[in-house]
Amino acid sequence: MNIPFIDAIRSYLQGDGATILPEMELTLFGLGILLIGFSSKDSVENSGIWKLIFKDFYAKTAFVGTVFSAFTLWKLRGQVAMRGDLVGFHETVVVDGFFLFFAGLFLAATALVILLSVKYLEIEKEEEGEYYALLLFACVGMMLMASGFDLIVMFLGLETMALSFYVLTGFLRRDKRSNEAALKYVLLGAFSSGILAYGFSILYGLSGTTNVRLLSYAFDPSSPLAQAIQLSRQPGPGGEAMRERFASQYPAALHLDPSMLLHQMPLFAAAAFVLVAVGLFFKVAAVPFHQWAPDVYEGAPTPVTTYISVASKTASFALLLRLFLTVFAASHEMWLYVVGGVAIATLTWGNLAALTQTNVKRLLAYSSISHVGFILLGLVSGNNTALIGIGYYLFAYVFMTIGAFAVVIVLRQKGIIGDELEDLNGLYQRSPVSALLLLVFMLSLAGIPPTAGFMGKYFIFLSLIETKHTVLAVFAVLYIVPALYYYFRIIVHAWLKQPGDAPRVLMSNAQAVALGVAVFVTLAAGLYPEPFTRLAHYAFGQ
Amino acid sequence: MDFFAHHILSVVLFTPLVGALILLFVPREQDSVPRLVGNVFGVLGFLVSLPLVHWWHSDWGGFTFEENADWIPSIGARYHLGIDGISLLLVMLTTFLGMIAIFSSWSAIKLRQKEYYILLLLLQVGMIGVFVSLDFFLFYVFWEVMLVPMYFLIGVWGSDRRLYAAIKFFLYTLAGSVVMLLAILALYFYAPAAADGSRTFDVPTLLAAVKDFPDSLRVWLFWGFFFAFAIKVPMFPFHTWLPDAHTEAPTAGSVILAGVLLKMGTYGFIRFSLPLLPTDTVLRARIIHIVIVLSLIGIIYGALVCLMQKDMKRLIAYSSVSHLGFCTLGIFALNPNGLSGSVLQQINHGISTGALFLIVGVLYERRHTRLISEFGGLATPMPNFAAIYLIISLSSLGMPLLNGFIGEFTILQGAFQVSKAWAAWGSLGVVLGAAYLLWLYQRVMFGPVTNPINEKLPDLNAREYATLIPLVILAFWIGIYPKPFFAFIEKPLERIVHQVNPGFYGAEHAKLPPLEMQPAVVETK
Repeated sequence: MNIPFIDAIRSYLQGDGATILPEMELTLFGLGILLIGFSSKDSVENSGIWKLIFKDFYAKTAFVGTVFSAFTLWKLRGQVAMRGDLVGFHETVVVDGFFLFFAGLFLAATALVILLSVKYLEIEKEEEGEYYALLLFACVGMMLMASGFDLIVMFLGLETMALSFYVLTGFLRRDKRSNEAALKYVLLGAFSSGILAYGFSILYGLSGTTNVRLLSYAFDPSSPLAQAIQLSRQPGPGGEAMRERFASQYPAALHLDPSMLLHQMPLFAAAAFVLVAVGLFFKVAAVPFHQWAPDVYEGAPTPVTTYISVASKTASFALLLRLFLTVFAASHEMWLYVVGGVAIATLTWGNLAALTQTNVKRLLAYSSISHVGFILLGLVSGNNTALIGIGYYLFAYVFMTIGAFAVVIVLRQKGIIGDELEDLNGLYQRSPVSALLLLVFMLSLAGIPPTAGFMGKYFIFLSLIETKHTVLAVFAVLYIVPALYYYFRIIVHAWLKQPGDAPRVLMSNAQAVALGVAVFVTLAAGLYPEPFTRLAHYAFGQ
Repeated sequence: MDFFAHHILSVVLFTPLVGALILLFVPREQDSVPRLVGNVFGVLGFLVSLPLVHWWHSDWGGFTFEENADWIPSIGARYHLGIDGISLLLVMLTTFLGMIAIFSSWSAIKLRQKEYYILLLLLQVGMIGVFVSLDFFLFYVFWEVMLVPMYFLIGVWGSDRRLYAAIKFFLYTLAGSVVMLLAILALYFYAPAAADGSRTFDVPTLLAAVKDFPDSLRVWLFWGFFFAFAIKVPMFPFHTWLPDAHTEAPTAGSVILAGVLLKMGTYGFIRFSLPLLPTDTVLRARIIHIVIVLSLIGIIYGALVCLMQKDMKRLIAYSSVSHLGFCTLGIFALNPNGLSGSVLQQINHGISTGALFLIVGVLYERRHTRLISEFGGLATPMPNFAAIYLIISLSSLGMPLLNGFIGEFTILQGAFQVSKAWAAWGSLGVVLGAAYLLWLYQRVMFGPVTNPINEKLPDLNAREYATLIPLVILAFWIGIYPKPFFAFIEKPLERIVHQVNPGFYGAEHAKLPPLEMQPAVVETK
């Protein structure tokens, strides 16, 4: 049977559509949640079996959505293995190992955050479908950031993610801190997006293209494109043919001189780099563009804080890596010291500021800033080990940070906020399991073996030694010491202080599952890192 | 049995872990069960390590009982275990002192017993792991893992300033070990890769590769490792964590800290730092000079500070600084006498200082104070205790016929062979050691009973005898007949001296009278 409409959809899904199918599925699930939310506000109040099905209906739907999307992602992986990287929509999105690795990470983070949100929203009395829809939309944005191969798509992905986060941050409408955090986040986020867009526009102005591959050629005097342009300047039939090809496919190249971009117009090239870098440093919260992070982390609902700190950061790093490893790869020597300086500043400020925090969420905000410093150091060395290290570090970071925040979320009970250090007092007596898990996550965040966090740091340090950045390496390892100190402030409160009259901690099943997954990965990736290093190898095509 | 024989080191390493895992599932309400399980596994841990001694052959100089399996192939880290005579003695010391430390907690620990025994057993795993790993990655993992249980032992069951002492201990040790991590990574990276480009963390391979390293790199690597070990030992001026940690820790924690943990530093010096010494004589002499001077300062400074202490435990803690100074002095004398004396002194220190901490523990359990001024004339109510305490004090200060004498004498002999000045300063430490230990003994045990509460203190009970008597027997054994102990370490140390001080044996031979003596020709007709 041939129905033109179905056929068109089918051929679309086998062509360009396949490259964004995981994102489309998430979007559909998100829209579905919104529609059901609008249409059946009150009809859910049924009894019996319906009540069981409709209990946490939105969360369940969103979770199923991530599972669907992950399944599609898995099938895409098979296709990539057989046919090589998939490219779609005139090379504006690409499905490669890099995308699959990061998309998988985003989906895992989203699923875990959904699991952690259910009980939290119940306590906050904000059980709205929009929340889960926004989580899914944010995830779509992040996946597009990882798969985007065109400045426009990247920017759209970034904004999709950021807009969802602005709303999610202010989701507790009755909470002043949440509102304040959302406003700060919107203002600074919009500001940084603007800077990033300005950088992108200069890149476009210099090269006449928004495609990442062409951009990377344009900034690399030794690329095939540069040679082709040289050829097109020659008189004769060869040059003529090349000029014709350019005229039809990439007209800007006729006026482009690759060596000029870097050497005769260094100011513009440098401005483009600086603006893009600043925009992205804002997003990953690197010093000195980190000020929004502690306030937003503290004010946002804790599951959203978790999501921002792991997924948003990882997605921004995916975008940053994509650009820095392609467009700016040839000029590595030039920006090395800039990024190195930012990394050291980030490490210093993140670690020192964390020392005096009394709010766990704020403390973890500063700690996550210091983690950015370590990851940026990987970018400084920039060899293969460093790339694997960055992949491994981000992977470990996602799970250990979710775990750490999950314990704070579990502490949120009726009548207790649970995010001050004092609220952790005597956690060991109140809930030994949570205290033990907290210890594992703190050790991992500090980088004590045998945990995932140590392995991430291991690769980064090794890469610094390999590229002879010994001084940076010494700086970086010594920052483990203050880091351990503030992580152990949390441990001191949880393990060594006496509990006041705080009630026992009750953990819901969903929270237990999320914590279980997080602790399993954190320990497995530390005790037997082999499969996880292979994963990181896969992400960076080695 | 065959499996046991082939995996003896894994069995020794993981027996305490099994105990800890079993304890994890013991319900909290059962008070006496954790204590029982903890002790059973303490004893079991010692028993399974005994075959190591039984199967040992004194001709073995290299690593034996090796186990080698893949762990993280992509980075070349392997599960590689193996011991030589030096690590064997330290493993035995660990399992033995571990058993005694666990037993000594029988009535001292009443709070959170289950967790206490879990942590002690985990600590055992970490310490044994450090001594048996032959893979740098594995070594580093155990080195760090061990910090966590010790932190909690001090932080939960310690005395008043426990939180401060615990985090200080953790941070100091961590600061040293992260620098060591960099040195390990540098060693890993600069060693030539295998034919297929893969790299390795294998200890024997990497230490053999050091031979071809330029001296400048060796110096860097040496200092990289040095800080980790010097903090652990602890050498002057890195010792300030030690008095706090030892003083605040519970008795068993202090026994393990002094008895075993500090030896990880000296072990690291012998195993990893010595091969990294540069070959250039000027550079090498400069490094050795620095280390020796720090050791001598440690010996004398530690002893002088001991004289000033008001707290018994703090006094014994500082005495460790002094005694460990002897160990590093012996190691960096770089000759067989110095090294073997140093290894034996490490064992001796474990025995006598461990026993001294137990003795303070005995007093603390009775009086809940450690201040010297609270005691006096205890020999009257506690005569048997007085006898044992005297033997241990004499053993610690190096009285002939007891173990301390053998160690210190051999070390000083080794130091003397290199420089008479080193030996002279070292001997001053021995004198001061006698002074502070005997003075302490005098103030606590002799004279009239000054404090009426002390008049009715009960003498040692059966359990306390059981923890102290084995240590006393060992002290006598090593003091009277140390040959079996030296037999373990003779061959491995010979190899080390050959590797790091190749000129030594040649020079020694030159000093001997020529072998071809003219036979006295007797004219017979």
